[in-house]
Amino acid sequence: MTTSEAPLSAPLDIGFDYTRSLGPTLSRFVTGLARRRIFGARSADGRVHVPPPEYDPVTGAPLTDLVEVAHTGTVTTWCWQPKPLAGQPLDRPFAWAMVLLDGADTPMLHAVDAADVHTGMRVRARWTTAGGNGIRDISCFGPDEPEVPPRDADDITMITTPVHLSYQHSASPEESRYLRGLADGKLLGQRCPACEKVYIPPRGACPTDGVPTEEEIELPDRGIVTTFCIVNVPFLGQRITPPYVAAYILLDGADIEEEHLVLGCAADEVRMGMRVAAQWRPRDEWGTTLENIDHFRPTGEPDAPYETFARHL
Amino acid sequence: MSSDVAIVSFAQAPNVRATHGTTNGVEMLVPIIQKALANVHLSKKDIGFWCSGSSDYLAGRAFSFIAAVDAIGAFPPINESHVEADAAWALYEAWVKIRTGEVDTALVYGFGKSSAGQLRRVLAMQLDPYLVGPLWPDSVSVAGLQARLGIDGRLWSERAMAEVAARSRAADPGAQIHELVTADELFERPYVADPLRAHDCAPITDGAAVVVLASAERARELTPRPALITGIEHRVESSHLTARNLTTSPSTVAAAKAAGVDGVTLAELHAPFTHQEILLRQALGLGDEVTVNPSGGALAGNPMFAAGLARIGEAATRVMAGDADRALAHATSGPALQQNLVCVLEGGA
Amino acid sequence: MAGLCREAIDRALEDAGLSFSDIDAVVLGKAPDLFEGVMMPELVLADAIGATGKPLLRVHTAGSVGGSTANVAASLVHGGVHSRVLAVAFEKQSESNAMWALSITPPFHMPVGAGAGGYFAPHVRSYIRRSGAPDHIGALVAVKDRRNGARNPYAHLRQSDITLESVQASAMLWDPIRYDETCPSSDGACAIVLGDEQAARGRTAAWLHATAMRTEPTTFAGRDQVNPQAGRDAAAALWRQAGITDPLSQVDTAEIYVPFSWFEPMWLENLGFVEEGQGWKLTEAGETELGGRLPVNPSGGVLSSNPIGASGMLRFGEAAMQVMGRAGDHQVDGARIALGHAYGGGSQYFSMWVVGTEMP
Repeated sequence: MTTSEAPLSAPLDIGFDYTRSLGPTLSRFVTGLARRRIFGARSADGRVHVPPPEYDPVTGAPLTDLVEVAHTGTVTTWCWQPKPLAGQPLDRPFAWAMVLLDGADTPMLHAVDAADVHTGMRVRARWTTAGGNGIRDISCFGPDEPEVPPRDADDITMITTPVHLSYQHSASPEESRYLRGLADGKLLGQRCPACEKVYIPPRGACPTDGVPTEEEIELPDRGIVTTFCIVNVPFLGQRITPPYVAAYILLDGADIEEEHLVLGCAADEVRMGMRVAAQWRPRDEWGTTLENIDHFRPTGEPDAPYETFARHL
Repeated sequence: MSSDVAIVSFAQAPNVRATHGTTNGVEMLVPIIQKALANVHLSKKDIGFWCSGSSDYLAGRAFSFIAAVDAIGAFPPINESHVEADAAWALYEAWVKIRTGEVDTALVYGFGKSSAGQLRRVLAMQLDPYLVGPLWPDSVSVAGLQARLGIDGRLWSERAMAEVAARSRAADPGAQIHELVTADELFERPYVADPLRAHDCAPITDGAAVVVLASAERARELTPRPALITGIEHRVESSHLTARNLTTSPSTVAAAKAAGVDGVTLAELHAPFTHQEILLRQALGLGDEVTVNPSGGALAGNPMFAAGLARIGEAATRVMAGDADRALAHATSGPALQQNLVCVLEGGA
Repeated sequence: MAGLCREAIDRALEDAGLSFSDIDAVVLGKAPDLFEGVMMPELVLADAIGATGKPLLRVHTAGSVGGSTANVAASLVHGGVHSRVLAVAFEKQSESNAMWALSITPPFHMPVGAGAGGYFAPHVRSYIRRSGAPDHIGALVAVKDRRNGARNPYAHLRQSDITLESVQASAMLWDPIRYDETCPSSDGACAIVLGDEQAARGRTAAWLHATAMRTEPTTFAGRDQVNPQAGRDAAAALWRQAGITDPLSQVDTAEIYVPFSWFEPMWLENLGFVEEGQGWKLTEAGETELGGRLPVNPSGGVLSSNPIGASGMLRFGEAAMQVMGRAGDHQVDGARIALGHAYGGGSQYFSMWVVGTEMP
């Protein structure tokens, strides 16, 4: 049975700089911003929307009739942001607001840098020095901003929008037991009470029965390769240098394979059924991770007959 | 609208600020799937169709719903689908499936571990990725903008919002949020995002919910008083947040009109912000005689991607218990009530 | 992204002779939101896809999603909920990098995974071992599908000059899968308009004869990763519903989700066209070529275009175009019954449909 120790958790950060092609309408808008000009689009009902939608909210038709609007406008609603979050327009307290620019019929969403922000406040756009960053070419709006004239800029058809999110990843209680076992040099599986198969890592729900695995079984650090591939291709985020053998290892006594590396022989010498044993890293490098085993290496024993593992493929 | 499909069972995981469980929801789902089935003496092989609602971005994992399938014990293989939305929409898909006649029972589940990430920032990912998202307007701020529009327009007041909060916090001693406090006391508390105070916002919740559906005929074999779905409709509003009418929820009005909400005496409204409960009441035309959110609603516990399904489950439970003959459940999705679903339930015999 | 969807939607509506006002509901399908970096993009696309003011659903069943989306849309019509439903599926993989999105290793996991190719390659090896298939089968499929793609103006890769030798000379990426045996990473969208009998009046239509979906867990003790039970069960249910007892004879053409070329023989067996272990023989004999007994992927298939969220719907849509006689240069002569098939996840999600020239 799984212990009552708190499960393991660790940060998981996901980030990418997304590259977004703009299409005709957004390209004209973003190019306009780079030139310090703000455009809206007129929809079928005659309203001017800023920023311009690509398609009419009512008819679905593409909106191509762009109308220039002023840099000045009126706050139609606001909400205070006392502790700005990562990526937001300002890093000191500010107000989110919908600003109805002069010449537009619908407001746009942006930040207002004013402690006395109020509905009805008159504001003007504040521009960044650099351009070409889409909506962020406007750093925020403020009540006393200077007028800024248009300038030249090349057409823009693509923008980059970085997305970085931080999560706290939690291992399940069963997985945590397994990981702590690894920190002690042990490979712990658990048996499902319903189907009696030994799972490694143990599971919060046996995938065929929907109940947690329970009875703990310590497994030896040796087994066979059921099947494998040789990874030759490098890719973004890869952490092991190719070529390497990614193999499914069926430990003796387990009913399900674990993925790991096979090293200690040429990649093309690895075979289905090959007997392997774990090569652990030095003990002082161990943590709560399967990476304590650096790789599996062939033991030199005769391969397991195909029939003995055929049903594990 | 026909009454071909009924709800026969509902179970939910305790709503908590943070579970130790994984973002796959397995730990929360295993016991409540078992309970929901046991309520009607069914086993997993009796379920014709399974459908879930969840979000990869909430979990920070692509395909996070795949590991959730382990909670079912999906072998022999099952007839199953998934929506990347609140499980109320998964219930809709299951309702459609039963109406085709292909199956006569369905189990719907939703789950969300909001504590894994920074929810208000994650939800900024629902905004236009070109021209709004890059500013990272978080969900609380967007709600605050909507709240002030209604305050300025005299549709509701901060005090009325506090009253909603006080009532919601008192509703259920077993809920994640339970506090006996007056609206006046709440009104004195500081803003977290002027015009919103902490009590105006749903809590961060990890949770899960399960509903079992059956054809009306099958439902009568399974439980004495199933909750018949007499109407279920949903609509979505424009993607252009600032061009929408943010204070009248036209999509809720349209969905309610199509579903037929006259005569309901109880309503579970999926309102993660106090002003939104008032807004939805107004949109649905619910008078004082209608009991709203006896469960405490999302303000008492807001398991993302399960909260809408839980509203349906809570309403169904009260109908099945005989507390109401005709009830309404509402679910919402997207920034500032962009998409809305209305489900009308009637006590069957 | 909106423009990408609209290219497909505008063409589908025009093809159907309909406008947005004729559509009752929209169902959008897409694979992980991480690919485009937008959470629930159907919300920001509502105006573009004509969903504003209407019911909108978003299906996500991993790689099979394009097929599941079509099935959900079909259920809406079949269940009497709507008369005309627009189903659209897309993926804009160029916003990020597909291999990155598919290889994010969470904490405590061994970073052994190498994207989809690295996931499937060991199972391809298992197939080769189980079936005794000769090594060149994968290359034969690649040549066929890419040459078919060259006949399809919508395909991403159109390689009329590809040869068995050139495929076998291409780099081995995840042994035993080679570069030329691997799908591209694509941007693409597919749109289908589904309607009831009344909607079909006076038009050429592809009639749905059957739909099926099955799921099984990604891993479990003793799982067959090569010939998954979920696929077999889905196919059995599908043929039963369609009244097909001998698929190889009764189905005229099949659009099957083959992202790595060896999946053609594997899925031919899983779908029940041939006995287990015999799929590669059908391929080797040329029977899956245009003009063969069962042309497979006359459109060029996933090997020629893989916008993941859309790929399943492309299979379903291509099958429909075949029985409507609208497949142009890659038309299978006299096709009257066609299969559309999609799979996703670790070969665990299956959705499929059978369409025909006549009403069932």
